[in-house]
Amino acid sequence: MKTLAFKSAFPHTVPVLTGFLFLGIAYGILMSERGFGVGWIFLTSSVVFAGALQFVAISLLTSAFDPLYAFIIAISINARHLFYGISMLKKLGDAGKVKPYIIFAMCDETFSILCSAEPPPNVNKQAFMFFVAALNQSYWVIGGVIGGLIGPLLTFNTYGIDFVMTAFFVVVFINRWRADGNHSPAESAEKLSVRIRSFSKTGLKPPVFCERIAAHGIFQHSPALIGLGAATVALLIFGADNFVIPAMILIIVCLTLFRRRV
Amino acid sequence: MVLATILILAIGTALTRFLPFILFPNAESAPKYVHYLGNVLPPAAISLLVVYSFRDISFASAPHGLPEILAVAAVAGLHIWRNNTLLSIGAGTALYMILVQFVF
Repeated sequence: MKTLAFKSAFPHTVPVLTGFLFLGIAYGILMSERGFGVGWIFLTSSVVFAGALQFVAISLLTSAFDPLYAFIIAISINARHLFYGISMLKKLGDAGKVKPYIIFAMCDETFSILCSAEPPPNVNKQAFMFFVAALNQSYWVIGGVIGGLIGPLLTFNTYGIDFVMTAFFVVVFINRWRADGNHSPAESAEKLSVRIRSFSKTGLKPPVFCERIAAHGIFQHSPALIGLGAATVALLIFGADNFVIPAMILIIVCLTLFRRRV
Repeated sequence: MVLATILILAIGTALTRFLPFILFPNAESAPKYVHYLGNVLPPAAISLLVVYSFRDISFASAPHGLPEILAVAAVAGLHIWRNNTLLSIGAGTALYMILVQFVF
Protein backbone atom coordinates (compact mmCIF):
# COMPACT_ATOMS: atom_id res chain seq x y z
CA MET A 1 0.00 0.00 0.00
CA LYS A 2 2.85 2.31 0.83
CA THR A 3 4.54 1.61 -2.50
CA LEU A 4 1.34 2.61 -4.26
CA ALA A 5 1.18 5.90 -2.37
CA PHE A 6 4.84 6.53 -3.19
CA LYS A 7 4.25 5.82 -6.88
CA SER A 8 1.28 8.17 -7.08
CA ALA A 9 3.05 10.92 -5.11
CA PHE A 10 6.29 10.89 -7.10
CA PRO A 11 5.02 12.30 -10.45
CA HIS A 12 3.57 15.32 -8.63
CA THR A 13 6.99 16.10 -7.19
CA VAL A 14 9.03 15.91 -10.41
CA PRO A 15 8.93 19.68 -11.11
CA VAL A 16 10.10 20.21 -7.54
CA LEU A 17 12.84 17.59 -8.03
CA THR A 18 14.51 19.67 -10.73
CA GLY A 19 13.93 23.00 -9.02
CA PHE A 20 15.06 21.87 -5.58
CA LEU A 21 18.14 20.04 -6.80
CA PHE A 22 19.17 23.18 -8.63
CA LEU A 23 18.37 25.55 -5.75
CA GLY A 24 19.83 23.10 -3.25
CA ILE A 25 23.07 22.88 -5.19
CA ALA A 26 23.24 26.68 -5.34
CA TYR A 27 22.66 26.78 -1.58
CA GLY A 28 25.36 24.17 -0.98
CA ILE A 29 27.84 26.11 -3.11
CA LEU A 30 27.11 29.37 -1.24
CA MET A 31 27.47 27.62 2.12
CA SER A 32 30.73 25.98 1.14
CA GLU A 33 32.04 29.36 -0.07
CA ARG A 34 31.50 30.59 3.50
CA GLY A 35 33.43 27.66 4.86
CA PHE A 36 30.59 25.33 5.88
CA GLY A 37 31.11 21.63 5.24
CA VAL A 38 28.59 19.10 4.03
CA GLY A 39 27.61 18.20 7.61
CA TRP A 40 26.39 21.72 8.36
CA ILE A 41 24.49 21.89 5.08
CA PHE A 42 22.84 18.54 5.75
CA LEU A 43 21.88 19.59 9.27
CA THR A 44 20.46 22.99 8.26
CA SER A 45 18.47 21.64 5.34
CA SER A 46 17.11 18.81 7.51
CA VAL A 47 16.04 20.73 10.61
CA VAL A 48 15.28 24.21 9.24
CA PHE A 49 14.08 23.26 5.74
CA ALA A 50 13.05 26.73 4.60
CA GLY A 51 14.75 27.78 1.37
CA ALA A 52 14.39 31.55 1.55
CA LEU A 53 15.40 31.69 5.20
CA GLN A 54 18.38 29.41 4.66
CA PHE A 55 19.72 31.67 1.91
CA VAL A 56 19.20 34.77 4.03
CA ALA A 57 20.68 33.10 7.10
CA ILE A 58 24.02 32.24 5.48
CA SER A 59 25.36 35.64 6.49
CA LEU A 60 23.78 35.22 9.92
CA LEU A 61 25.69 32.01 10.52
CA THR A 62 28.99 33.74 9.86
CA SER A 63 28.33 36.88 11.94
CA ALA A 64 28.26 37.35 15.73
CA PHE A 65 25.76 35.23 17.67
CA ASP A 66 22.48 37.12 17.98
CA PRO A 67 19.68 34.71 18.95
CA LEU A 68 16.89 37.28 19.11
CA TYR A 69 17.67 38.66 15.66
CA ALA A 70 17.89 35.11 14.24
CA PHE A 71 14.51 34.31 15.75
CA ILE A 72 12.88 37.46 14.38
CA ILE A 73 14.33 36.83 10.91
CA ALA A 74 13.08 33.23 10.98
CA ILE A 75 9.58 34.32 12.00
CA SER A 76 9.30 37.21 9.57
CA ILE A 77 10.60 35.40 6.50
CA ASN A 78 8.53 32.32 7.26
CA ALA A 79 5.43 34.11 8.46
CA ARG A 80 3.78 33.12 5.19
CA HIS A 81 3.67 29.56 6.56
CA LEU A 82 1.00 30.80 8.97
CA PHE A 83 -1.06 31.41 5.85
CA TYR A 84 -0.37 27.90 4.56
CA GLY A 85 -1.24 26.34 7.89
CA ILE A 86 -4.55 28.18 7.96
CA SER A 87 -5.26 26.96 4.42
CA MET A 88 -4.40 23.37 5.35
CA LEU A 89 -6.37 23.10 8.62
CA LYS A 90 -9.15 21.11 7.01
CA LYS A 91 -7.09 18.99 4.66
CA LEU A 92 -4.67 17.84 7.35
CA GLY A 93 -7.40 17.47 9.96
CA ASP A 94 -7.34 13.66 9.79
CA ALA A 95 -3.73 13.04 8.77
CA GLY A 96 -3.00 10.96 11.88
CA LYS A 97 0.54 9.89 12.75
CA VAL A 98 2.23 11.64 9.83
CA LYS A 99 0.49 14.98 10.49
CA PRO A 100 3.33 16.50 12.57
CA TYR A 101 5.90 15.70 9.88
CA ILE A 102 3.74 17.09 7.07
CA ILE A 103 3.25 20.32 9.03
CA PHE A 104 6.98 20.50 9.77
CA ALA A 105 7.88 20.03 6.10
CA MET A 106 5.21 22.33 4.61
CA CYS A 107 7.34 24.42 2.26
CA ASP A 108 5.93 26.56 -0.57
CA GLU A 109 6.14 23.71 -3.08
CA THR A 110 4.68 20.99 -0.87
CA PHE A 111 1.89 23.39 -0.02
CA SER A 112 1.09 24.13 -3.64
CA ILE A 113 1.09 20.41 -4.56
CA LEU A 114 -1.11 19.42 -1.62
CA CYS A 115 -3.49 22.27 -2.44
CA SER A 116 -4.29 20.91 -5.87
CA ALA A 117 -3.22 17.25 -6.14
CA GLU A 118 -5.57 14.47 -5.13
CA PRO A 119 -4.38 10.86 -4.88
CA PRO A 120 -6.27 8.20 -6.89
CA PRO A 121 -9.19 6.71 -4.93
CA ASN A 122 -7.36 3.46 -4.10
CA VAL A 123 -4.42 5.29 -2.51
CA ASN A 124 -4.14 6.14 1.17
CA LYS A 125 -4.43 9.93 1.40
CA GLN A 126 -2.21 10.28 4.47
CA ALA A 127 0.59 8.24 2.91
CA PHE A 128 0.26 10.23 -0.33
CA MET A 129 0.61 13.57 1.47
CA PHE A 130 3.49 12.21 3.54
CA PHE A 131 5.44 11.09 0.47
CA VAL A 132 4.90 14.41 -1.32
CA ALA A 133 6.35 16.24 1.70
CA ALA A 134 9.19 13.77 2.31
CA LEU A 135 10.25 13.52 -1.35
CA ASN A 136 10.39 17.30 -1.66
CA GLN A 137 12.50 17.62 1.45
CA SER A 138 14.85 14.86 0.30
CA TYR A 139 15.47 16.72 -3.01
CA TRP A 140 16.38 19.85 -1.09
CA VAL A 141 18.74 18.03 1.29
CA ILE A 142 20.38 16.00 -1.50
CA GLY A 143 20.82 19.13 -3.64
CA GLY A 144 22.48 20.95 -0.74
CA VAL A 145 24.86 18.07 -0.11
CA ILE A 146 25.81 17.87 -3.80
CA GLY A 147 26.43 21.63 -3.81
CA GLY A 148 28.56 21.34 -0.70
CA LEU A 149 30.63 18.60 -2.31
CA ILE A 150 31.21 20.30 -5.67
CA GLY A 151 31.41 23.85 -4.30
CA PRO A 152 35.09 23.67 -3.34
CA LEU A 153 35.92 22.19 -6.76
CA LEU A 154 34.33 24.99 -8.78
CA THR A 155 36.75 27.21 -10.62
CA PHE A 156 34.31 29.68 -12.18
CA ASN A 157 33.11 32.83 -10.51
CA THR A 158 29.77 32.13 -8.78
CA TYR A 159 28.98 35.81 -8.10
CA GLY A 160 25.30 36.38 -8.76
CA ILE A 161 24.23 32.77 -8.24
CA ASP A 162 21.95 33.88 -5.39
CA PHE A 163 19.64 35.14 -8.13
CA VAL A 164 18.22 31.58 -8.21
CA MET A 165 15.99 32.54 -5.29
CA THR A 166 14.56 35.54 -7.15
CA ALA A 167 14.05 33.46 -10.29
CA PHE A 168 12.41 30.78 -8.22
CA PHE A 169 9.94 33.18 -6.59
CA VAL A 170 9.07 34.69 -9.96
CA VAL A 171 8.32 31.19 -11.29
CA VAL A 172 6.19 30.33 -8.25
CA PHE A 173 4.37 33.64 -8.72
CA ILE A 174 3.58 32.88 -12.38
CA ASN A 175 2.45 29.31 -11.54
CA ARG A 176 0.20 30.63 -8.80
CA TRP A 177 -1.17 33.35 -11.06
CA ARG A 178 -2.09 30.72 -13.64
CA ALA A 179 -3.67 28.46 -11.01
CA ASP A 180 -5.74 31.35 -9.66
CA GLY A 181 -6.87 32.16 -13.19
CA ASN A 182 -8.14 28.61 -13.70
CA HIS A 183 -9.68 28.47 -10.30
CA SER A 184 -13.18 29.78 -10.44
CA PRO A 185 -13.69 32.49 -13.01
CA ALA A 186 -17.39 31.65 -13.00
CA GLU A 187 -17.66 32.18 -9.28
CA SER A 188 -16.09 35.60 -9.22
CA ALA A 189 -17.90 36.68 -12.40
CA GLU A 190 -21.07 35.62 -10.62
CA LYS A 191 -20.22 37.77 -7.60
CA LEU A 192 -19.56 40.71 -9.84
CA SER A 193 -22.67 40.28 -11.95
CA VAL A 194 -24.74 40.27 -8.75
CA ARG A 195 -23.22 43.62 -7.93
CA ILE A 196 -23.78 44.88 -11.47
CA ARG A 197 -27.40 43.75 -11.35
CA SER A 198 -28.01 45.45 -8.03
CA PHE A 199 -26.39 48.49 -9.55
CA SER A 200 -28.70 48.46 -12.57
CA LYS A 201 -31.74 48.35 -10.29
CA THR A 202 -30.87 51.91 -9.45
CA GLY A 203 -31.62 52.67 -13.09
CA LEU A 204 -28.03 53.60 -13.84
CA LYS A 205 -25.82 51.76 -16.28
CA PRO A 206 -22.99 49.93 -14.51
CA PRO A 207 -19.62 51.41 -15.26
CA VAL A 208 -18.00 49.81 -18.30
CA PHE A 209 -14.87 48.93 -16.33
CA CYS A 210 -16.95 46.58 -14.15
CA GLU A 211 -17.86 44.43 -17.13
CA ARG A 212 -14.32 44.53 -18.36
CA ILE A 213 -13.02 43.37 -15.01
CA ALA A 214 -15.60 40.59 -15.00
CA ALA A 215 -14.55 39.50 -18.48
CA HIS A 216 -10.89 39.34 -17.53
CA GLY A 217 -11.53 37.62 -14.22
CA ILE A 218 -9.13 40.01 -12.53
CA PHE A 219 -10.77 39.26 -9.17
CA GLN A 220 -8.98 35.94 -8.85
CA HIS A 221 -5.75 37.87 -8.98
CA SER A 222 -6.72 40.51 -6.44
CA PRO A 223 -4.89 38.82 -3.53
CA ALA A 224 -1.71 38.56 -5.63
CA LEU A 225 -2.02 42.20 -6.72
CA ILE A 226 -2.79 43.35 -3.19
CA GLY A 227 0.31 41.49 -2.05
CA LEU A 228 2.49 43.21 -4.65
CA GLY A 229 1.08 46.65 -3.89
CA ALA A 230 1.16 46.38 -0.10
CA ALA A 231 4.66 44.90 -0.03
CA THR A 232 5.99 47.62 -2.33
CA VAL A 233 4.41 50.37 -0.25
CA ALA A 234 5.84 48.85 2.94
CA LEU A 235 9.27 48.55 1.33
CA LEU A 236 9.25 52.21 0.30
CA ILE A 237 8.19 53.37 3.77
CA PHE A 238 10.14 51.05 6.06
CA GLY A 239 13.18 50.20 3.96
CA ALA A 240 14.77 46.91 2.99
CA ASP A 241 15.61 45.69 6.49
CA ASN A 242 12.33 46.21 8.34
CA PHE A 243 9.50 45.95 5.85
CA VAL A 244 8.36 42.32 6.06
CA ILE A 245 6.21 42.53 9.20
CA PRO A 246 4.58 45.88 8.26
CA ALA A 247 3.96 44.45 4.78
CA MET A 248 2.19 41.43 6.26
CA ILE A 249 0.01 43.61 8.46
CA LEU A 250 -0.83 45.85 5.51
CA ILE A 251 -1.67 42.80 3.38
CA ILE A 252 -4.04 41.43 6.04
CA VAL A 253 -5.70 44.83 6.44
CA CYS A 254 -6.17 45.22 2.67
CA LEU A 255 -7.50 41.67 2.24
CA THR A 256 -9.93 42.22 5.11
CA LEU A 257 -11.22 45.43 3.56
CA PHE A 258 -11.40 43.68 0.18
CA ARG A 259 -13.56 40.92 1.71
CA ARG A 260 -16.09 43.44 3.00
CA ARG A 261 -16.37 45.09 -0.40
CA VAL A 262 -16.81 41.98 -2.54
CA MET B 1 27.22 29.14 18.27
CA VAL B 2 26.49 28.17 14.68
CA LEU B 3 24.62 25.16 16.00
CA ALA B 4 22.60 27.35 18.37
CA THR B 5 21.71 29.74 15.54
CA ILE B 6 20.59 26.84 13.34
CA LEU B 7 18.40 25.49 16.15
CA ILE B 8 16.84 28.91 16.71
CA LEU B 9 16.11 29.18 12.98
CA ALA B 10 14.56 25.70 13.11
CA ILE B 11 12.39 26.57 16.12
CA GLY B 12 11.25 29.87 14.57
CA THR B 13 10.38 28.14 11.31
CA ALA B 14 8.54 25.28 13.03
CA LEU B 15 6.58 27.81 15.07
CA THR B 16 5.25 29.51 11.92
CA ARG B 17 4.23 26.12 10.53
CA PHE B 18 2.60 24.67 13.65
CA LEU B 19 0.93 27.74 15.13
CA PRO B 20 -2.32 27.60 13.09
CA PHE B 21 -2.76 23.95 14.06
CA ILE B 22 -2.13 24.76 17.72
CA LEU B 23 -4.58 27.68 17.65
CA PHE B 24 -7.28 25.79 15.76
CA PRO B 25 -6.93 22.11 16.68
CA ASN B 26 -10.37 21.52 15.21
CA ALA B 27 -10.51 22.88 11.66
CA GLU B 28 -14.30 23.12 11.60
CA SER B 29 -14.34 25.40 14.60
CA ALA B 30 -12.02 27.98 13.05
CA PRO B 31 -13.88 31.21 12.26
CA LYS B 32 -15.00 31.87 8.67
CA TYR B 33 -12.66 34.83 8.54
CA VAL B 34 -9.71 32.46 9.13
CA HIS B 35 -10.84 30.26 6.24
CA TYR B 36 -11.16 33.34 4.04
CA LEU B 37 -7.60 34.32 4.93
CA GLY B 38 -6.51 30.76 4.19
CA ASN B 39 -7.79 31.19 0.65
CA VAL B 40 -6.44 34.62 -0.17
CA LEU B 41 -3.18 34.76 1.79
CA PRO B 42 -1.06 32.32 -0.26
CA PRO B 43 -0.99 34.38 -3.49
CA ALA B 44 -0.43 37.54 -1.45
CA ALA B 45 2.42 35.83 0.39
CA ILE B 46 4.10 34.83 -2.86
CA SER B 47 3.84 38.43 -4.09
CA LEU B 48 5.50 39.50 -0.86
CA LEU B 49 8.36 37.09 -1.56
CA VAL B 50 8.84 38.52 -5.04
CA VAL B 51 9.07 42.03 -3.63
CA TYR B 52 11.31 40.69 -0.87
CA SER B 53 13.84 39.39 -3.34
CA PHE B 54 14.07 42.86 -4.93
CA ARG B 55 14.50 44.69 -1.63
CA ASP B 56 18.21 45.41 -1.98
CA ILE B 57 18.18 46.82 -5.50
CA SER B 58 19.04 50.48 -5.78
CA PHE B 59 17.24 51.97 -8.75
CA ALA B 60 18.72 55.40 -8.08
CA SER B 61 22.35 54.45 -8.61
CA ALA B 62 24.04 52.64 -11.52
CA PRO B 63 23.25 50.11 -12.95
CA HIS B 64 19.71 51.09 -11.81
CA GLY B 65 18.60 47.51 -11.22
CA LEU B 66 19.04 46.78 -14.91
CA PRO B 67 20.60 43.29 -14.46
CA GLU B 68 17.69 42.29 -12.21
CA ILE B 69 15.06 43.72 -14.53
CA LEU B 70 16.53 42.00 -17.59
CA ALA B 71 17.02 38.67 -15.82
CA VAL B 72 13.52 38.68 -14.32
CA ALA B 73 12.06 39.52 -17.73
CA ALA B 74 13.97 36.52 -19.11
CA VAL B 75 12.68 34.24 -16.33
CA ALA B 76 9.08 35.40 -16.75
CA GLY B 77 9.21 35.30 -20.55
CA LEU B 78 10.73 31.83 -20.65
CA HIS B 79 8.31 30.52 -18.07
CA ILE B 80 5.24 31.87 -19.82
CA TRP B 81 6.54 30.55 -23.13
CA ARG B 82 7.93 27.10 -22.23
CA ASN B 83 6.50 26.51 -18.73
CA ASN B 84 9.64 24.61 -17.74
CA THR B 85 10.70 25.49 -14.20
CA LEU B 86 14.29 24.32 -14.54
CA LEU B 87 14.81 26.13 -17.84
CA SER B 88 13.31 29.39 -16.53
CA ILE B 89 15.34 29.40 -13.32
CA GLY B 90 18.55 28.05 -14.86
CA ALA B 91 18.67 30.32 -17.90
CA GLY B 92 17.55 33.36 -15.89
CA THR B 93 20.23 32.82 -13.26
CA ALA B 94 22.93 32.21 -15.88
CA LEU B 95 21.93 35.43 -17.65
CA TYR B 96 22.04 37.34 -14.37
CA MET B 97 25.50 35.99 -13.54
CA ILE B 98 26.79 36.98 -16.98
CA LEU B 99 25.24 40.44 -16.65
CA VAL B 100 26.68 41.22 -13.21
CA GLN B 101 30.08 39.69 -13.91
CA PHE B 102 30.80 40.86 -17.44
CA VAL B 103 28.35 43.52 -18.61
CA PHE B 104 27.64 45.90 -15.72
